[in-house]
Amino acid sequence: MQDQPTEIAGMTFEEALRALEDVVRRLEGGDVPLDESIDLYERGEDLRKHCQARLDAAQARIEKIVAGPDGKPAGAAPFDGA
Amino acid sequence: MLKRTVEDRFGNVKLRGELSGVKRAASGHLYCALKDDGAVIDGIMWRGNCQRLNFLPEDGIEVIARGKLTTYPGRSKYQIVIEAMEIAGEGALLALLEKTRRRLEAEGLFAEGRKRPLPFIPRVIGVVTSPTGAVIRDILHRLADRFPSHVLVWPVLVQGQGSAEQVANAVRGFSDLAPGGPVPRPDLLIVARGGGSIEDLWGFNEEVVVRAIADSSIPVISAVGHETDTTLADFAADRRAPTPTAAAEMAVPVLRDLAMMLEEFGLRQRRCALRPVQLGRERLEARVARLPRPEALAAQAQQRLDDLGERLRRGLGDRARIARDRLQADKARLSAPLLKSRITQAQQRLNAARLNPAVITRAIAQRGEQLAALQRLAGQLHPERPLQRGYAMVLDQTGRPVTRAADARKEAELTLRFGDGELRVGTGDAPRRPTRDKPASPPAGAAPEQPKLL
Repeated sequence: MQDQPTEIAGMTFEEALRALEDVVRRLEGGDVPLDESIDLYERGEDLRKHCQARLDAAQARIEKIVAGPDGKPAGAAPFDGA
Repeated sequence: MLKRTVEDRFGNVKLRGELSGVKRAASGHLYCALKDDGAVIDGIMWRGNCQRLNFLPEDGIEVIARGKLTTYPGRSKYQIVIEAMEIAGEGALLALLEKTRRRLEAEGLFAEGRKRPLPFIPRVIGVVTSPTGAVIRDILHRLADRFPSHVLVWPVLVQGQGSAEQVANAVRGFSDLAPGGPVPRPDLLIVARGGGSIEDLWGFNEEVVVRAIADSSIPVISAVGHETDTTLADFAADRRAPTPTAAAEMAVPVLRDLAMMLEEFGLRQRRCALRPVQLGRERLEARVARLPRPEALAAQAQQRLDDLGERLRRGLGDRARIARDRLQADKARLSAPLLKSRITQAQQRLNAARLNPAVITRAIAQRGEQLAALQRLAGQLHPERPLQRGYAMVLDQTGRPVTRAADARKEAELTLRFGDGELRVGTGDAPRRPTRDKPASPPAGAAPEQPKLL
């Protein structure tokens, strides 16, 4: 159950967000021992950074498929939409 | 001759009828019959034309076929060579649609259990649509608004002959992309087309498209036509969006909202982390506030010190004054006149008490005379004195005086004391001279008493 950083890195945004929400709830619940709450807080921060990185990485990149002679996609080229 | 006459005369005809006996030969040509209530005519459609069909011909579909009549001499038959064929009217189309839908539904292609959840944030979104027109613009625009994403557009015809194959091919093409290949594999597909008539949208009712969508390894959102238009592609897709814009909304969450949520979580978390500290600080402050101020602590002691110091000074002064007062009071008694008077008194008393030897010597002389008189008297009264004048004392054997004759008779032997010694005499047989003894007895009797009187 205890949380390795690698475990967070492998999370999808949604999982990380849910985990973060859980952390916040538990912290707000107030029945976590103080020492543990510090670990929990650190984990929450890691989760938040992970989520933030995911959001920050969001950028528009529009491409279109360039089909090869066999009709299979051979690559992508920038799409200059309409 | 006959053939030419028929072909010339019926070079371009339009027939309406129901398809029956539809058969696709290995060559790719399509053979069928068109029939109505009272007539039937064989038909043939060459492969090239077949490929342009925008529907899958099958028995029972009412179609309008355009072509030319020709003869088939080998069988003595005439037939129509169909150049183009379309479904005859909306009712027929809907009937076909319903038929196909039932068939595919029976296969389970539309089952709810097949629907997959969409990824929360797709990393790459594949869009199958026309590269031109409002649809792709709407989608890209909305995606950019909500959550700028990596979009791959697979350009296809969305209308007319061959569109179904292109759409199906695109869906399969995305689905078959290997992860990590030169083209990033999308984790979400959008199959989209703008609104239009049922004929315009027909391609999305084609089985090939429906199957491609149902088989896709990537979740698919379909957004074909407007809200009221429903195609079989919509049934097969994992989610159906009423419009392309709505599809974009389904595809991604709003980045801003997420960022805000994240921010809020961060805030709440920090608050939680700080709360015990804050609480501790407040409790500490509450206790500190209850601590008396150090000045106040010292103040009382200071006051007592000042008080005592004052009393010390005053006490010393008082004590000195009291002592002085007492000294003053004593001074009266210690005054020299007092002392002198006492000395005078003592002197007087001393003078008064001065010894007068005459007082004592006179008394001594008196006493001396009394003593000499008494001595003389005593000398005359001494018991032995009479002895010198001729008296004798009679003593019994123990040496005590015998003063009565009766006592003397009881004694066997008596002692007579004279002035110069004693003489032992016997009684009874002794010669008579008791009378001699007799005058001696009274003084003898009185004499022993004399010393006792002294």
